[in-house]
Amino acid sequence: MFTWDKNWEVVIGLEVHTQLQTKSKIFSGSSIAYGAEPNTQASAVDIALPGVLPVMNLEAARLAVKFGLAIDAHINKRNVFARKNYFYPDLPKGYQISQMELPIVGLGALEIKTESGTKTIGITRAHLEEDAGKSLHENFHGQTGIDLNRAGTPLLEIVSEPDMRSPAEAVAYLRKLHSLVRYIEICDGNMQEGSFRCDANVSVRPVGQKEYGTRTELKNINSFRFVERAIEYEVERQIDMLEEGGEIVQETRLYDADKHETRSMRSKEEAHDYRYFPDPDLPPMVLEDSFIEEVRITLPELPDAKKARFETELGLNEADAQVLTADREIADYFESTADATSADTKTVANWMTGELFANLNKAELEISDSPISSAQLAKLLDRIADKTLSGNTGKKVFAALWDQEGEVDDIIDAKGLKQITDTGAIEAIVDDVIASCPDQVAQFKEGNEKVIGFLTGQVMQRSKGKANPQMANQMLREKLS
Amino acid sequence: MALDSKTVQDIARLARLRVSVEETTKFGTELSNILDLVAQMEAADTDNIEPMTHPFDATLRMRNDQVTETNQRDKFQSIAPSAENGLYLVPRVID
Amino acid sequence: MSIKTLTQLAGDLKNGRVSSEELTRDYLTKIDLSDHNAFISVNADSAITQAKEADKKRAKGADSPLLGLPIAQKDIFCIEGTRTTCGSKILSDFEAPYTASVVENMRSHGLVTLGKTNMDEFAMGSSNETSYFGGVKNPWGSSDENLVPGGSSGGSAAAVSAQLAPAATGTDTGGSIRQPAAFCNLTGLKPSYGRCSRYGMIAFASSLDQAGPMTHTAEDAALLLNTMAGFDQKDSTSLDVPAEDFTIMLEDSLSGLKIGLPKEYVSEGLDPEVAALVESAIKEYEKLGAQLVDVSLPNSALALPSYYVIAPAEASSNLSRFDGVRYGYRAEEYENLEELYLNSRTEGFGEEVKRRIMIGAYALSSGYYDAYYSKAQKLRRLISNDFDAAFKYCDVIMGPTTPSPAFAAGSRTDDPVSMYLNDIYTIPVNLAGLPAASIPAGFTQSGLPVGLHMITPYLREAKLLNIAHQYQLVTDWHMQSPSSLGGTT
Repeated sequence: MFTWDKNWEVVIGLEVHTQLQTKSKIFSGSSIAYGAEPNTQASAVDIALPGVLPVMNLEAARLAVKFGLAIDAHINKRNVFARKNYFYPDLPKGYQISQMELPIVGLGALEIKTESGTKTIGITRAHLEEDAGKSLHENFHGQTGIDLNRAGTPLLEIVSEPDMRSPAEAVAYLRKLHSLVRYIEICDGNMQEGSFRCDANVSVRPVGQKEYGTRTELKNINSFRFVERAIEYEVERQIDMLEEGGEIVQETRLYDADKHETRSMRSKEEAHDYRYFPDPDLPPMVLEDSFIEEVRITLPELPDAKKARFETELGLNEADAQVLTADREIADYFESTADATSADTKTVANWMTGELFANLNKAELEISDSPISSAQLAKLLDRIADKTLSGNTGKKVFAALWDQEGEVDDIIDAKGLKQITDTGAIEAIVDDVIASCPDQVAQFKEGNEKVIGFLTGQVMQRSKGKANPQMANQMLREKLS
Repeated sequence: MALDSKTVQDIARLARLRVSVEETTKFGTELSNILDLVAQMEAADTDNIEPMTHPFDATLRMRNDQVTETNQRDKFQSIAPSAENGLYLVPRVID
Repeated sequence: MSIKTLTQLAGDLKNGRVSSEELTRDYLTKIDLSDHNAFISVNADSAITQAKEADKKRAKGADSPLLGLPIAQKDIFCIEGTRTTCGSKILSDFEAPYTASVVENMRSHGLVTLGKTNMDEFAMGSSNETSYFGGVKNPWGSSDENLVPGGSSGGSAAAVSAQLAPAATGTDTGGSIRQPAAFCNLTGLKPSYGRCSRYGMIAFASSLDQAGPMTHTAEDAALLLNTMAGFDQKDSTSLDVPAEDFTIMLEDSLSGLKIGLPKEYVSEGLDPEVAALVESAIKEYEKLGAQLVDVSLPNSALALPSYYVIAPAEASSNLSRFDGVRYGYRAEEYENLEELYLNSRTEGFGEEVKRRIMIGAYALSSGYYDAYYSKAQKLRRLISNDFDAAFKYCDVIMGPTTPSPAFAAGSRTDDPVSMYLNDIYTIPVNLAGLPAASIPAGFTQSGLPVGLHMITPYLREAKLLNIAHQYQLVTDWHMQSPSSLGGTT
C-alpha cells in the first residue's frame, strides 16, 4: 500500500468527463457511434462550416438531470451555455460550447468507502459540454491528422470538491462514480474508448495548514490503476520538491504509464484566457418541474439503496451485498436468478461470487457476456435444491452449461448425473460397502467418527457419484449403530 | 483610454492575428478610440439590471435525439486545404 | 428608364408578357454591362436553369406569387456549389457545400438567383469599402463623384437601385439593410430578430444578425419577406410562430395611427437637410390621418457604445472558425501550427475585421468582462425597456435612418469611429430585436436620397409595411431612379 510522509496532507479533486449515452451529438444530428471511419460522422455543424448553428439534444439534458437527481444535487432549472474560446485543430469552431456560470447540475455529493471508513465527497457541479475531435499523430509525413467524429459528442463534466485525502480515496470516488453512471445508464463507462475520462488536481500541504498548496492538473489517466499510480507519483514528486526547498508550479502534467512518471505539458503552459461568454446561438435552457419529475421516475434503485436492501431483505452479508451491487448488471443477474429459483439467496450469492465470477474472470468476460444466463443458473440451483444434483454434480452441469452443451435437464440426462434418491438402490450399495470394508466398519463402531466419511465416499464411488450423499451417510449411520 | 503596445500584442495573440511593430501603434490608437466610445457606457446606472443576452428573452428549444446526418466527408473535404485518408492535415501538434 | 417593381414583374410573368428566362437574361445582360461592382459572383448558367424550371412550373399551372422572379442574394448566404465569400479574402475561394435556409425558402417559392452581391467584409462596415472585392459605386452619385452605397449590404442596394435586379436580400446587424437602402433610395426592411432563419447566413454578431428584403416598394418587401421568413428547426433562435402573410394589412387606413417622435433623434450630428426631409415626410403622415406623439428613448445614446462591445465580442468568437484547417484560405507559408493560424488569419482578414476581432477579444478577456460585455448587455436591456415604454404611447416610432446622406468613398475610412456614427439611429433597433424599415423620403439639394426610419413593436412587420405602403401610395420618391440611368432627379 502506498504511504507517504505523514507530515504532509494530500488534497485531491477530480474532474470526470463522461460521454452521455445518446444516439446523436449534443448539437447536431450526427451519430456518436464509436469506431467509424475518420470524419464520416462529422456533419456541417460538427466541422463548423460558416453559417451553421447548434441545436440542443433533449436527451443530453435528460441524462444530465438524471445524474443530478442520483447524487441528490441541486438542478439549475435555468442553465446557460457559454463559449470557451481557444484555438486548437480538434476544436473546429475555435470555441467549445460548455457551461460556465450556470451549469445544469449544482452542488451534490457521493459517499465513498475505503479501509478507513465511509466519507462524503462533495460534487461541486456537473455541466454539459461538447467533446473535441481527435488528433492523430502517426503516419502523415510528420503532420497531424484531425478526425472530427468525436467532436460534438455530449459530455457531462463532473467536478468534485477537493475533498479526497489519499490516492485510495480518489480511486474509491472514481469507482463509485463509474458504477453510478452505469447504474443510471447515462454513460457506458468504457475507459478504453474514452467514454469515462478523468483529470486529477493534486496538491500537498503541511498537516495543519489551512491554505491549499499549489496544485497540478494530471491528464491522460484513463484507468483506475493509472489514476492511482499517477497521483501517487505526483504526491511523491511534490513532497520531494517541497522538502528540498523547491516550489510547485501550477501546470498541466501528462502521466506516462510506461515510464510511471508525470511530465509537464509545455503546449498547455501558455496562460489561457478562455473569454467565456453566453452563447448567443443558444438561449438559456429552462427546465420545467414536470420534466424533472418525469426524469426522476426513470431513476433506478441506486447502488447504496440496493446494497442495503440486499442485506436487510435478502439476508446477504455485507461483503456479498457489496460485490453483487457494485455493477448494475451483476445486481440484475443476481435478482433475476434469485427470483427464478427455489434455492435460497445465500446459495445464489455463493454460486455467483464463486463459480460464475471465477469463470468470467478466467475468460475475461463481463457478466453481460456470460454464456450462462440467469435463467439457466436458476434452473441448475433448482436441481440442487430438489436433490436431483449434488453440489459436485452441480459443478459438472455448470461446466457443461458454460461450454454451451445445452439446457440443465438435458445435460443431466445426457451425462446420467441424476442423483440416486431411491432408498432401495442406495441401501443395496450401502450393504455392499459394509460387507467389503470390515476394518473401517469396526473402527467406526469403536468410535472413530471420521471413518464415516470414507464409507460415504465408497458409496458415492460405487454409485458413480449419483447417490445422494446425505442419504448414504444417514443410512450408513443407521445400519452401523 | 490608451492601449499600450503590449496589450495590443496580447490581444492579437489571443485572436491569432499578427500585428507588426508599425501596425501596433496604429491599431493601438484606433482601438483606444473605439474604447473611448465604449467608455460612454460608464455613464449609465445599471445596478440591479439583468443582462440581456437575447433580443427577446427566449428559452432554449431542444430537438429529439435522432441521427439525421449522413456521411458527407468527400464533399466536405473536397474544399479542404489539406486532407488525406479522410483526415484534415495540419503541421504536427506537440503535446 | 422607369422602375419595374417586383409586383409589376410578377404581373408580367403571370400574364405571359415575359418569361422568367427572358427576364433573367435581361438582368444578366444589365449586370454584365454595369460598372458598379455590385456583384461578387454572377451565376448565369444556374440562373437560366432556374428560370427555365420556373417557366415549366408556370406552364404546369403553378402560380406562387414570385415564381420565376430573378433576384440578387447578398454574398453572406451559403448556396451549395456556389462561391460564398462574405466579402473576405479568407473565403475568396470557398464553394459552399450546403444552402442557407432563407435561400431554400426562396427557392421553394420559385425565385431565381442571379448572383451574389458585394458587401463589407463579414458585414462589418457602413460603406462597402471593407470588401476584399473592392468598393461599390452608388448609382446616385454623379459621374465625377464616387459615392458609397452604404453597407454592409452595399452591393444589394446598388444592384436594386441600378436595376440590375428587381430586388435583393440583405442582412442587418446594426443597420446594414436600412442604411444602404437610405443611401440608394430603396425600401429596406429588417424583420424582428428570429423571423428569418440564420442557418447558412455567415454569422457576424449572432444575437443581432437578421436577414431581410431590399426592394423598391413596401409592397415588394412584403412579398419578398413572405418567401424569406419562417420557422427553422436548425436555428435555435428562430421564432416558432405561425406563418404570416405580410401583405395582409397593406391597404389598411392609417387614420388614428400614433407616430412616436423621440426627442433624442434630433442630435447634433444630424444633417439639417435630412432633418427637414424627414419632417416633411412625417407631415405627409399627418395628412393620412396619423397623430404625432412625443416619446423618449433616454438610453439611445448608449446604444452605439454597447453595440461596439456586443457585436465585436460575438464576432471575435464567430470568426475563430476561420483558421485555415478545414476550408477557406490557408497561408502558403508556415513552419508550424501557430504560424498556420497566424499567417492564414492575418493574410485572410482585412483591417476592419481585425480591429473588431481585437476589440471583441479585449472586451471578453479576463478582468474586463464585467466592465465591458456584462455592462453592455445590461444597457441592452435598458434600451429595450425604453422601446417598450415608448410603444405604450404610439404604434410606430419615426425618425431619420442616417444622420447624413451618402458620403464620398474614402472620406471616412481613416477614422473608424466617424464611420460607426452612421448607424446611431439604426443600432438601437438591433439591440432590442425589433422590426424596422427605411423608405425613400425625398432628396437633398444635390439630389441624394434620404431615408425615413420607422420602427414598430416586436412581430409587427405587417403593420410596419402597411405604414410604409400608405406613404408610397401618396408619394413617388421611391419610383425615382438615379440620373445616371436617365431618371428625373
